[in-house]
Amino acid sequence: MADPLQITVNGELRTTEGLPPRVNLLDWLRSLGLTGAKEGCAEGECGACAVLVARPDGPERSRWTSVNACLPPASSFDGQEVVTAEGLGTAGAPGVSEDLHPVQREMAERGGSQCGYCTPGFICSMAAEYYRPERAPREDGADAHCGANGFDLHALSGNLCRCTGYRPIRDAAYELGEPEGEDPLRRRLGRGAPEPRPITVRSEESAFSRPRTFEELLRAYAEETDALLMAGATDLGVESNIRHLRPRLVLAIDHLSELRELSFSDDVVRIGSGVTLSEVERLLDGRVPLLAQLMPLFASRLIRNSATLGGNLGTASPIGDAAPVLLALDASLVLASAEGERTVRLSEFFTGYRETVMAPGELIRAVEVPMSQLPTTAFYKIAKRRFDDISGVAVAIAADVEDGTFREVRIGLGGVAATPIRASATEDALRGRPWTAETIADAAAVMAGEGTPMDDLRASARYRSAMLEESLPRFFAEFAAVEVEGASR
Amino acid sequence: MNRTPETGFGPTRGAGRGVGSPESHESAAQHVTGTALYTDDIAVGDGRTLHAWPVQAPHARAEILSVDVEPARRVEGVVRVLTAEDVPGTNDAGVKQDEPLFPDTVEFYGHAVCWVLGETTEAARRGAEAVSVEYEPLDSLVTLSEAIEAGSFQGRRPVLSKGDAAAGLERSARRFSGSFEFGGQDHFYLETHASFAFVDEGGQVMVHCSTQHPTETQEIVAHVLDLASHEVTVQSLRMGGAFGGKEMQPHGFAAVAALGATLTGRPVRLRLTRTQDMTMTGKRHPFAADWEVGFDDDGHLTALRATITSDGGWALDLSEPVLSRALCHIDNAYSIPDVEVQGRIARTNKTSQTAFRGFGGPQGMLIIEDILGRCAPALGVAPDELRRRNLYSAGDITPYGQPVRHAERLEDLWGQLEERGDADRRRREIEEFNAANPHTKRAMALTPVKFGISFNFTAFNQGGALVHVYRDGSVLINHGGTEMGQGLHTKMRQVAATALGVPLGRVRLAPTRTDKVPNTSATAASSGADLNGGAVKDACEQIRGRLAEVAGRRLGVHTEDVRFSEGTVIGLGQGSMTFDEVVRDAYFQRVQLFAAGYYRTQGLHWDAARMQGEPFKYFAYGVALSEVEVDGFTGAYRLLRTDIVHDVGDSLSPLVDVGQVEGGFLQGVGWLTLEELRWDVSEGERRGRVLSQAASTYKLPSFSEMPEHLKVHLYERATETGVVYGSKAVGEPPLMLAFSVREALRSAVAAFGPGDVEVDLGCPSTPEEVFWAVRRAREARRTTRDHAAPRAGASAESAPAPAAVRG
Repeated sequence: MADPLQITVNGELRTTEGLPPRVNLLDWLRSLGLTGAKEGCAEGECGACAVLVARPDGPERSRWTSVNACLPPASSFDGQEVVTAEGLGTAGAPGVSEDLHPVQREMAERGGSQCGYCTPGFICSMAAEYYRPERAPREDGADAHCGANGFDLHALSGNLCRCTGYRPIRDAAYELGEPEGEDPLRRRLGRGAPEPRPITVRSEESAFSRPRTFEELLRAYAEETDALLMAGATDLGVESNIRHLRPRLVLAIDHLSELRELSFSDDVVRIGSGVTLSEVERLLDGRVPLLAQLMPLFASRLIRNSATLGGNLGTASPIGDAAPVLLALDASLVLASAEGERTVRLSEFFTGYRETVMAPGELIRAVEVPMSQLPTTAFYKIAKRRFDDISGVAVAIAADVEDGTFREVRIGLGGVAATPIRASATEDALRGRPWTAETIADAAAVMAGEGTPMDDLRASARYRSAMLEESLPRFFAEFAAVEVEGASR
Repeated sequence: MNRTPETGFGPTRGAGRGVGSPESHESAAQHVTGTALYTDDIAVGDGRTLHAWPVQAPHARAEILSVDVEPARRVEGVVRVLTAEDVPGTNDAGVKQDEPLFPDTVEFYGHAVCWVLGETTEAARRGAEAVSVEYEPLDSLVTLSEAIEAGSFQGRRPVLSKGDAAAGLERSARRFSGSFEFGGQDHFYLETHASFAFVDEGGQVMVHCSTQHPTETQEIVAHVLDLASHEVTVQSLRMGGAFGGKEMQPHGFAAVAALGATLTGRPVRLRLTRTQDMTMTGKRHPFAADWEVGFDDDGHLTALRATITSDGGWALDLSEPVLSRALCHIDNAYSIPDVEVQGRIARTNKTSQTAFRGFGGPQGMLIIEDILGRCAPALGVAPDELRRRNLYSAGDITPYGQPVRHAERLEDLWGQLEERGDADRRRREIEEFNAANPHTKRAMALTPVKFGISFNFTAFNQGGALVHVYRDGSVLINHGGTEMGQGLHTKMRQVAATALGVPLGRVRLAPTRTDKVPNTSATAASSGADLNGGAVKDACEQIRGRLAEVAGRRLGVHTEDVRFSEGTVIGLGQGSMTFDEVVRDAYFQRVQLFAAGYYRTQGLHWDAARMQGEPFKYFAYGVALSEVEVDGFTGAYRLLRTDIVHDVGDSLSPLVDVGQVEGGFLQGVGWLTLEELRWDVSEGERRGRVLSQAASTYKLPSFSEMPEHLKVHLYERATETGVVYGSKAVGEPPLMLAFSVREALRSAVAAFGPGDVEVDLGCPSTPEEVFWAVRRAREARRTTRDHAAPRAGASAESAPAPAAVRG
């Protein structure tokens, strides 16, 4: 029999036995009577379920990280520390004096809640940003995305509110001060995060297992090739909640150091497939500009706090946003199995709709991005909503224009074919040609014919083709001034 | 009254005052700490609770030949399957006998055929998968145009008319015609529909329900169960958003839960998943309009003739009153001498469309705003100017015969907004910006709102309350309105605090229940504060009158010279005592310390057949000025700034009112620019299925869609006589301030073209729609440049031949 599940919630150790693997963190919390976190969509889009988890920030420190509780299995939080809106502060009640957390106080006083249903989730997302170690007051005051107090509004990009129109929520966020020295959650940042514990949980239909070591994982995956690998559960959770997928075996890979490395060498940046997107963003710190351009547009902070490049590429979705960018960066993937490792260029990785070259028992260990990059880059995501939407079309362009000529160019596309693709014909139409409006017009005509766009509810096929066509004039307009400068050098 | 009616109140909790004070939501501390309970939080289990899951039909329309529930019964954890045979009373979820709770015929894709109760949600779901239903698929009508072509209509076909539209058009110097079809909107309240029912020790059916209309939920539960109303109690503690979506739609779900509870003897919880909610419940009505409009040489509207058709979905629900309100708002804020508008409701195989903030008003108003936006270039008048020129003024009468009370406020609001929004300077800056930027264009638009307040159906305009003063001087109020986030309870506490002259902290509010205040109207039509506030005030004033006599005797003054303020009772010139002391005295003198309050709106009359009368107590006014920036490469846009001046009368609760204005505005922006409901209209197997059925495929505004700068100003010196403390309703009207955004987009698109041709913009005006409009504008510019030909719009010349703006 498996060990009981142990999770620290709001400072209190909670123990559960016999919990089926399908039960997500949200439902488990609610079953404890902690009903602050709500289900609004069950697919990580609305944030009403957001809670805080202590996640590692190097070995010695932690970071309060906001996550969607509706997606991951509760079992994956064994040994973890979770804080919910109830744990941040208390409303007044008979025998209890009101003691609101600063985030809660600002929201309550400024009209940040109307119906209140989304509010506990907003509170948790906001608290994570409140405690973010890098957050610091800015000299140049507030703008539409960042407060004078350094509050990055993208922290709330995964939370939807249907009542307020967001203005009072933004005001509340921008008015937050610094955590006080004695604030227990701030003090908690000074210690390492708990290690995710190796655990196996079984029900009649399914099992959840977190292998102890990378070797153990590879062995298990070789034996059970239909197992699903799970890092942040941002895809698995949707499959489970919406399409009621009940996989026979889920293998958690979220903790293995072999998959959690991010390192630089002279030639490549190597990004472990289990590094979360938020960590990638932070650790790269703008060193790969095209990835830096991608990140704010990639889902929401809540999702990026859990999702990984490995998951985004491994599901081989034609509309994943990482692939077009990594194609333009000419990235490669390190694939691992019990048999050993091999490196595959990303341009050769996808073989069909949600199919890849990966053999049974093989997984993505790391993404390798060459350090020497084409200097002029752009990422265009075409979607209905400006942030936290799924691409209708995604275009990533990396070019080297020298002395007025396209020396080299790589273009990655998403949303226009069964797989992410390189726009090879367009690249040919640009390579070696002069940086002129004529070249761009010729190549744009070629670009319009790339892929096999379809009509769906995100965009019409016609619009998708038009967006391909328009992306080159847009790129040209954006960099015209820069390149003219370069040409006169 | 000391208040700062601008956006951006300082921290305000704790002011603790009555009417006019900016107070936080009365549950704010519970909201932020996650301790505010919603229906499904109450249902969190004691282990006895059963969970319900529907069997949803996979056809747009089909005969149900047989339902075999046996396989479901064999699924572990399944306790019961509910079918039509289980209904002891009336098998109907509505009030018009056209919405069977368990249908014989599938009328839309996703229609619930029966419900499975399980020990867990998982068991109920598996049980539902196991139910075997045999269908005979039938032909279906999915789109509005299919229904119109097939002549598939339902309900009444009202005609709104004033003067002689045909003659008016004939006389018009300039005539245009066109058509316009636009989409609906999913409510997407964050809390999906939820009910929790059980039978208590006395055999009474208790239903906790996320409902805006507890009385009707109670009545429908009763008629399904064949019980009298006094055997059913419905409580609506609070809702996680409703927006009209919980006015009619919760009843069937409550009835299913209650039926399950009576049949099993166990509590039953029913909460829809997001996809169930989006595929089973009604939405804002989409509309199509064909119109002809006339103007004089100065751009004054002379006549309007139109046929407007709503897509009502499979059942009538509230489609008739929604259509009435659309007709009564097709004038928006504009004077039109001759009018004839025919209305009809198409019957399609879709969810049954229902109330949604504005209730048809937004759809009617959108039609006239679209007309003005499209015709302005051909008239050679700037759109803002065209709108201003046509505003109602004092003495004008609406097409349905009601004088436009306070019409002069429109011009005043307009002038104030021009000034506050620094409009002239910004118009010049925009011109400069556009001249310098070939790929990005900016534009501003100013649009008005005039919205009639009261239920069109006169009987609904009544409210009730029950106010208790306890012997220690503390106050508990019950009223018939429900709290969905709009701040009604906050306002009701403030009304009671002011009416009794006690600090806000002395007033508590009890949950809304049908056993406290009976026969309530839906909390809808923006009327919650007017009706229930009137009733609460009435109850408080009865009590205060009795207390004044007690205090007057004690203080030795005439009753009329007793004042109640902030917990002190003052006898003018004769000293004072505390409210609590007066209450204690009153008790010992055997004076009744509780009262039932009642309010009905005076002076309303409405002839629904003739579409004439005075259906509204007053009008709420507002104006908005929005500036957008459009990217020519993609059609993507940003909302740079919005300024609003809105008339809420004397605000009962300014923080709440500004919240309603801002939230309504952004919800309107969502409807008009982003939120796109898509159905499968193919002839394939999934015909009729809602494609946008989840948060991943149906996009609400997120923080990136709010204006980068937003300033709301509440109109001052705005007392509305005859309404509680001079206030006006605020729930719905601000939604329509969002027209300013769509019209600004239209003007920005025009800036890519020659400037004086019509811009036809799809709705919702998504980036894709804006992109195609930009392409057309650019082509028009090329055509103009290449051929120097007269432009299509500019040549739309005078009568008799109507120059078609489109089709």
